[in-house]
Amino acid sequence: MPRFLKEYFNRNGFGLGSVMLGLVLFWTVGLIILPQLSMLDFSFRPNLPPPEIGGPKDLYTLENYKYLIFGPEGGSQSYNAVDLRVFYRTLIAAVFVTMFNLMLCYPIAYYLAQTKGNHIRVLALMLIIPYWINEILRAFALRIIFGESGVLNNVLVGMGVFDTPFDFIRNDIALYAGLGYAYILLMIFPIYNVIESLDRNQIEAARDMGASWPRIHWRVVIPYAKPGISSGCTMVFMLSAGALAAPQILGGPSSLWFTQLIYQQFNDNSDWPQGAAYAVVLLVTCILLVLALMRLFKVNMGDIGK
Amino acid sequence: MSAGVGVNLEDLWIRFGDFVAVREANVHINGGDFFSFLGPSGCGKTTILRAVSGFLEPSQGNVLIGGNNMKGIGPNKRPTALIFQNLALFPLMKVWENITFSMEIKGASTKQRRKRADELLDMIALTGQGEKLPAELSGGQKQRVAIARALCAEPDVLLLDEPLSALDLKLRQHMRSELREIQKRVGITFIYITHDQGEALTMSDNIAVMRDGVIDQIGDGKSIYNDPNTAFAASFVGENNVFRGTVKQVIGNEVMIRTNRSGDLMARISTANQGKLKQGDEAMLFIRPEAFALAPAGTQGDHFVTAQVTKEEFEGSAFNIFMEGEGGKEIKVALPNVGQSFESHMGEAMTLEYQVKNAVALPAGVLATE
Ligand SMILES: Nc1ncnc2c1ncn2[C@@H]1O[C@H](COP(=O)(O)OP(=O)(O)O)[C@@H](O)[C@H]1O
Ligand SMILES: [Mg+2]
Repeated sequence: MPRFLKEYFNRNGFGLGSVMLGLVLFWTVGLIILPQLSMLDFSFRPNLPPPEIGGPKDLYTLENYKYLIFGPEGGSQSYNAVDLRVFYRTLIAAVFVTMFNLMLCYPIAYYLAQTKGNHIRVLALMLIIPYWINEILRAFALRIIFGESGVLNNVLVGMGVFDTPFDFIRNDIALYAGLGYAYILLMIFPIYNVIESLDRNQIEAARDMGASWPRIHWRVVIPYAKPGISSGCTMVFMLSAGALAAPQILGGPSSLWFTQLIYQQFNDNSDWPQGAAYAVVLLVTCILLVLALMRLFKVNMGDIGK
Repeated sequence: MSAGVGVNLEDLWIRFGDFVAVREANVHINGGDFFSFLGPSGCGKTTILRAVSGFLEPSQGNVLIGGNNMKGIGPNKRPTALIFQNLALFPLMKVWENITFSMEIKGASTKQRRKRADELLDMIALTGQGEKLPAELSGGQKQRVAIARALCAEPDVLLLDEPLSALDLKLRQHMRSELREIQKRVGITFIYITHDQGEALTMSDNIAVMRDGVIDQIGDGKSIYNDPNTAFAASFVGENNVFRGTVKQVIGNEVMIRTNRSGDLMARISTANQGKLKQGDEAMLFIRPEAFALAPAGTQGDHFVTAQVTKEEFEGSAFNIFMEGEGGKEIKVALPNVGQSFESHMGEAMTLEYQVKNAVALPAGVLATE
């Protein structure tokens, strides 16, 4: 038995230790790794009617992946331009949502972490309580605000800013607002956690030596908060790229999110292998992108776990 | 007066809500002085320092640096550099970046900064350690880096908030003389905060003794030790035997005090209180442990108390003899170690002689409770 396991059992006792270990293994292996592996397996198989599954035609193939790049065989275009555009648009939009979120949440997190007093608890509660409401309801609430005859348009038209209602939905403003709003807590809390442990004297020391506020943030606070920032950005990026409810409810008719394509393959086309291939491509691309950015900003994997 | 930049606190009050942290402080600090604020923890020392560095606006009164009123001038614009109680080095910056952070702000080139860092590293005897991170240094080394970082900003006034409190005894004593030397070399004004009277006495040109937000006395180490203004200063700075009683008779600048348990004792009135002690006033008489001389019982000196030896403590350089006088009055006597011991006199009554110039009479007041 490796030493860390022995220590683990010594600390927790064999009975409780095994139960906890078993649950964690069940969670990671049974609920995450195995289903993902089965998706991976699906993605390399042809879409066959049930009787033929496991039959002679059930051979591993790359056709599902080819489809994303080249479109249907014998199709009129040489590339699957529609799906590819949705794919990269989704990634870019997710990057923007993440950056926007960071710019919005960093000051909030800094303020919450470095200010003392009871009003901070009230503010934190006001941030948390809306998240008791289910994601879909929150998305519909935003639709009510941003809709053509929604609250915002009524106000703006009433004030004479616009003559006719502005279509926030078709212009994707509602979508970005929804995606931004959906994950702000996941951005705020990791950053808040690190900044809270930052010694206030360091900020004052920098100030004492003549540093302006922007420089204090740039040289002292942000480097210190980097683990929190990366962990927040990673989560927000992954979740926005993989979001389904917000694009479904708030997206304009012309702007599909890549997850909606996956959903269509699984549900409308009943083409599980195709859907699985799309999902795998999205997942792998997102992971690679995150790893590349982590390298660029010199962030360790260990930092993200902080 | 030397060339450095002086600091004046004029009728300075600092309140937090209803709580008064600093009360009516009037302090004149000479340019180039090593000036200490000495007082127990919580007496308002840090608060005063924060008002000088600009992190805190006084509720009332003024801070003048080099004659200029600092009202409304932020900490980043004042000619002061503060060394924090916990040093507050930047953990993610290398030592040389830490030291030259103030130059980075002013837009100095990396080359200039490297050069200055090397000079300062030489000065603090850390040559070649600039590439390390603060966490890779020992406590004393971090201390020195913090000093170098503050000096790099070329302040007129260096403010130090108990910078040695985290170090062990040997290092602390070494750093005392090192700090004092650095101060002499750079010639700028140091304002030093400490609750350790040994530090204040050994390093400072002048000391302000504080209690509960009030400055009891300002003076050089000798006058504070030998001629305290208040019962608090007498009992906080150094050790002291206190005899309580009432004034029986005032004779010029001397006074006869009828003590509660040790009979009538003569003392000189502390300079600040001359003319203020009157017959019948409650008074306190202070005699330092080292001001007593032990003589066999029955010796009739001019001024003495009688007590029995109850305990002896060996401190290395000195013996501390604990004695019990009339009514259980505890008296401590310190005698330099010149090979003698009083173990054999245990339980014996002896005469404790003192000279009037070494006994200080003060109006009764609060004592330090340490
Ligand atoms: N920001 C503040 N708000 C309220 N009270 C404070 C504040 N800062 C200091 N105090 C109080 O003022 C008194 C003096 O504090 P301080 O100057 O830190 O003492 P010290 O002499 O130990 O450095 C203490 O009783 C402390 O509790
Ligand atoms: Mg303090």
